[in-house]
Amino acid sequence: MNVWLVIAIACLAAYALKLSGYFVPAGVLERPRIARTADLMTVGLLAALVATQTLTAGAALVLDARVPAVVLAGVLLALRVPFIVVVLAAAGAAAGLRALGWLG
Amino acid sequence: MGPYKDSKARDPEIATAIRSGVAVGVAVSLYGVSFGALAVAAGLDVWQTCALSLLMFTGGSQFALIGVLAAGAVPLTAATGWAAVAAATLLGTRNALYALRAAPIVGPGRLRRLAAAHWTIDETIAVSTAQGTPAARRAGFWITGVVIYAGWNVTTLIGALIGDLLGDVRAWGLDAAAAAAFLGLLWPRLRGLQPVAVAIAAAVVAVACVPWTPPGVPVLAATAVAIVAGLTNALGPRGGASAPETPQGGLPA
Repeated sequence: MNVWLVIAIACLAAYALKLSGYFVPAGVLERPRIARTADLMTVGLLAALVATQTLTAGAALVLDARVPAVVLAGVLLALRVPFIVVVLAAAGAAAGLRALGWLG
Repeated sequence: MGPYKDSKARDPEIATAIRSGVAVGVAVSLYGVSFGALAVAAGLDVWQTCALSLLMFTGGSQFALIGVLAAGAVPLTAATGWAAVAAATLLGTRNALYALRAAPIVGPGRLRRLAAAHWTIDETIAVSTAQGTPAARRAGFWITGVVIYAGWNVTTLIGALIGDLLGDVRAWGLDAAAAAAFLGLLWPRLRGLQPVAVAIAAAVVAVACVPWTPPGVPVLAATAVAIVAGLTNALGPRGGASAPETPQGGLPA
């Protein structure tokens, strides 16, 4: 499958979703159950992405420098450090550990 | 720019809306650098990276798409490609709910709504709904949209060019940066027992699926957990009432 095709389909879908709220009668989307499910779906997807990006390499489960880097990111987020600093700190921590030859 | 008259720009409510729109827009635009660099690290070229920010323009979905593509093999298989589309689309569903709130704010008119739809994201809704008057809400929506759209796309290009220069992704810790970026998107949503429980269950399901399923599928399987929790309101607030979907401040577009 071509990456451009993936981009085209996903971008069309993203726009269609945004547009739907302007033209669909409000009652269809405004039920609490739908709002709650959309909210939790976002949480579930993001949590799954955190877990797979931290703990897997291809089809294997791996513990490497990403784990302490993500733990550090969590601590910084709890301290209300800005997003961009958190991302840079996590990259720096993983890069530093690898440069020292620890944790791969 | 917004369909409000210049003479109204002296209105203090509108001035406040413009100030917060610019502040939020500039702050959020900086995250575009991390998206650009991570997209290139995930195997996209600079054009594909910029196309996503120009045409998709909703940060969570953009990060999800490149996250799934990064986990997949080269060349891209159909399973991974469709999983990437599905993950990005599911993350974009909240924008449909935002659009319900934006519709009365941006006003009537087919063309105006077609344009407003593209900018219906966390930040435009957060800034506009926080304003006190209809004119200020409208100004807040359009100012935030203009600033973030310009900023997000410029910083995406900068990030993509930097990512191109970096080369080895792991040596620079960009794989850890991607995980941290998702954690940063997730963090402000973890208020209350229900979202925390769903996040943990989704993470466990995703990791458990990884050895047995094609790339991208673990993330979608985890979504099923969230959908079941949402439909049944498991561990939710009593009485079945739940806070309406609210944009979380300080998140990428």
